[in-house]
Amino acid sequence: MNMDCVEMRLLVQANVDGELPAASAARVEAHLEGCPECAALQAQLISFSARMRQEVTCYSAPEHLRAAVRARLAAMAPTPEEGPETANDNMPNDRYVSWWRRLPRPRLGPAAPFGAGFALAACLALVFVLPHTGSLPDAVVSDHIRALEPGHLMDVVSTDQHAVKPWFDGRLDFAPPVKDFKAQGFPLVGGRLDYLDDKKVAALIYQRRQHLIDLYVWPDGGHLDHGPTEGSRSGYNFRHWSQDGMAFWAVSDLAPDQLAEFVALLRDGASSP
Amino acid sequence: MKWRPPSERERGVSVPVAGTFEQLITPHLDAAYNLARWLMQDATTAEDVVHDAVLRALTYFGSYKGSDPRAWFLRIVRNVAYGVLAARRRFGTISLDDAGQTPDGEPIAMEIADPADDPEVTLCRSEGFVRLDHALAALPAELRECLVLHELEEFSYKEVAHMTGVPIGTVMSRLWRARQVLMRSQDEEGTVR
Repeated sequence: MNMDCVEMRLLVQANVDGELPAASAARVEAHLEGCPECAALQAQLISFSARMRQEVTCYSAPEHLRAAVRARLAAMAPTPEEGPETANDNMPNDRYVSWWRRLPRPRLGPAAPFGAGFALAACLALVFVLPHTGSLPDAVVSDHIRALEPGHLMDVVSTDQHAVKPWFDGRLDFAPPVKDFKAQGFPLVGGRLDYLDDKKVAALIYQRRQHLIDLYVWPDGGHLDHGPTEGSRSGYNFRHWSQDGMAFWAVSDLAPDQLAEFVALLRDGASSP
Repeated sequence: MKWRPPSERERGVSVPVAGTFEQLITPHLDAAYNLARWLMQDATTAEDVVHDAVLRALTYFGSYKGSDPRAWFLRIVRNVAYGVLAARRRFGTISLDDAGQTPDGEPIAMEIADPADDPEVTLCRSEGFVRLDHALAALPAELRECLVLHELEEFSYKEVAHMTGVPIGTVMSRLWRARQVLMRSQDEEGTVR
């Protein structure tokens, strides 16, 4: 095989793959007539390509995966009475539209500006009076998602609770409870510092098989202990509770029942030193 | 790797396709699973990747501007898969480093799902097919995905280049290398028998 052939190989391949414009394809064919090696290569590539398409396993999505996707879409679909027709009235096309865009728009009468003024005042009052807990699930979940990006997950990497706990000393003005639940199938894998709700918080990372759990802990001084509340955002599940003066948020892509199991372990373990 | 919305140039490449998520994206679940399965080499993780990709695709569907929906969706699948692979690499390192330090001495790797085929797949395949599958599975991920996208999913060089974020020339040389390795492995099988 001479130098021309070395350059020619990619062209022969492109020709087999049907990627060459007619003029280049003709030049390749002309070369093949005088070069048995390249001609053999072409034959080899054609038969290999055929074999590959025939023999290599082409996996199909398992039925339970399809069912899960269908269920997810069904959960987001509009209800029958405000079906696609109404959605189409407002929107240029019938692609997925956020739920709030589908809400019927009230017809505004002459008194509307006053009403709107009161509503605005009421909203502002709520914003200033109520603690900002409403946005916390979003903040916690998006922090968890950000942490999953390469290089962001852990500041201290250890499966040893006695290495993780001292690491937080001097970095936080509180001591988060650090427990390993390896025996129960939730090994501790590390920790990091994070900012949530305008404060420094401890984030402990646990693992359940391939799934990661971020456990955020910070003192919520004075709040009464309360049991877990749960929810989900963007496909991630979270549980929140208060215990011994600390606020806890557990976030993961784990199924809700497994996350609940993890939370139950923590709640039992956290009260005993 | 972080998913980014398609650029203006990318959006303009073909005639806009209109339709709902269900009409445009759901038909490509098989292709999505096939790519995820070949990238992750493990059925359970592949399912997780596809599921995650569906969620991301739903989130970003508003910014989908009517390019080839299969390519659009598979690009998301690919990015999710690479994210998980990167996370897995990090954990791989940790489990080795800390294997001796855990109280009961069990490596974290024990917790990770078996990447082997499910019994069904193993049963369904005849011997010769398994060999080519194994050779493909043994390729580096970037060569493997090139072959899967081009040979199995029948994307053009240009589409593969676009989806994997490399120049067309790189796609050509990756395909060349991948095919050389596989053809050689099949030759060796032949001579051994």
